Amino acid sequence: MKTLQVSIFGAAALAIAFSAGAQDYRGQAINMMKQDFHAKGIAGIDRLNEDALQLVCNRSGNNPPKGVAERLQQDQFEAIKYPADGKFLGDWKAGEKIAQRGRGMTWKDKAGKTSRGEPNGGSCYNCHQIGAATTSFGTIGNSLLHFGKIRGYGADTQKYVYGKIYNAKAFNLCSNMPRFGHSGTLTETQIKDLVALLLDPNSPVNK
Amino acid sequence: MSSIKLRVFVALSGLALACAAQAQQAAAPKKAAAQAKNAASGSKSAIAAEFEKFRGIMEDASPAELFEVKGEELWKTKRGPKNASLEKCDLGLGPGVLKGAYVKLPRYFADAGQMMDAERRIVYCMVTLQGFNEKDLAKQPFSKGRHVPDPVALVTYVAGQSRGMKIAVPQKHAKEREAYKVGETIFNYRAGAWDFSCASCHGEDGKRIRTQDLPNLSSKQGAIAAFQGWPGYRMTGGLMHTLQWRMNDCFRQQRFPEPGYASQTIANLLTYMGVNANGHVYKGPGIKR
Repeated sequence: MKTLQVSIFGAAALAIAFSAGAQDYRGQAINMMKQDFHAKGIAGIDRLNEDALQLVCNRSGNNPPKGVAERLQQDQFEAIKYPADGKFLGDWKAGEKIAQRGRGMTWKDKAGKTSRGEPNGGSCYNCHQIGAATTSFGTIGNSLLHFGKIRGYGADTQKYVYGKIYNAKAFNLCSNMPRFGHSGTLTETQIKDLVALLLDPNSPVNK
Repeated sequence: MSSIKLRVFVALSGLALACAAQAQQAAAPKKAAAQAKNAASGSKSAIAAEFEKFRGIMEDASPAELFEVKGEELWKTKRGPKNASLEKCDLGLGPGVLKGAYVKLPRYFADAGQMMDAERRIVYCMVTLQGFNEKDLAKQPFSKGRHVPDPVALVTYVAGQSRGMKIAVPQKHAKEREAYKVGETIFNYRAGAWDFSCASCHGEDGKRIRTQDLPNLSSKQGAIAAFQGWPGYRMTGGLMHTLQWRMNDCFRQQRFPEPGYASQTIANLLTYMGVNANGHVYKGPGIKR
């Protein structure tokens, strides 16, 4: 119910803010895509539909009015499912494998696993520097090398990292980073393993 | 004849790759250090620089040229249910005019009432002039294994006829200006499981995925980098690919559903990228990593 209210509020506010454009390129673009794309494998045509957050980011050029951003961010934050056992730290070795693996969620993959039958990857190294041994890292995201060493290993930091991986948009509404828990890409156990990769003092990230 | 030449080329490029891989291994520790330094400064990675050198050598005898030869043969041969050649196909500069046509595409075609990129227009000609079925052409439109679809070779031939010419994607017609704007909107449209748009990877300067440099397609320099080299002989898998394949595989990795082959959406996106690349010289079909 709350989600709905906030969405309507966001959409209405933005409709007013952005209705000035003379030609509706956005409407044309969406209609064109709906006409041209087809479902393939697990990638259904519904993936073309924006959720409230995507809509707000798209309509505002990833720079939504502050009030709208705060309310939607809060909405995302409240929907994060933290582990029931209250533990955030998994196995950093398993986390390293998840961070390395870039497969999953494309039309070649299967529901919940990659085309090779492995669990979905987090594609972390695609965008972030993480462990020092891997030099083939991407640069879209910030460097996470020495993350725990720099930020500390405390419970609050663990909880923050879990939440950030689960739903990066709860902290920065139009962040480039996918919502790995929210989208069903990674499981609770996998996210815990990634938290350990960044925050276990024994992880090579902190060596 | 051309299939023999092709095999020799594939064997040669395989050998060259093996040599390059060895050279890379030997230089690995040094390179890793240089790369880490480069990553911090945001400059071009050492691996990418190495590849550019290798590409320079390869381009002197580019495998892409073999596909140009095949495409020329296909262009001039009477084929299809209507037993016609493509020599009357109008790529925008008049029937049969190929010189400089590729660098002025996509454009608006009044006969079709549509925006068309090179491949979309060639498919249109294959359907209208030769009587091929559009659905059949869309069934397996990308190179795979030994299968090289006819439109791939044809696009490569047509692109070769613009080698060394300035990119000048037109914006005179209202529909062409509209296509640029709609293309730009699709480029920035975030959706799907991972909230990605084209711009998530191609909207900023100096970014990489793993070691792969990502051209910023909203900038002039980035757009030319992407326009350049397609159609391209891709050394990963040893296959000839066109921009249609590139766009398709980008959408796959964007975690989107699949775009239609030679669709309006792709023509609009290519208009956005092409216009951004205007003014630069197109070097012709090339070699990709």
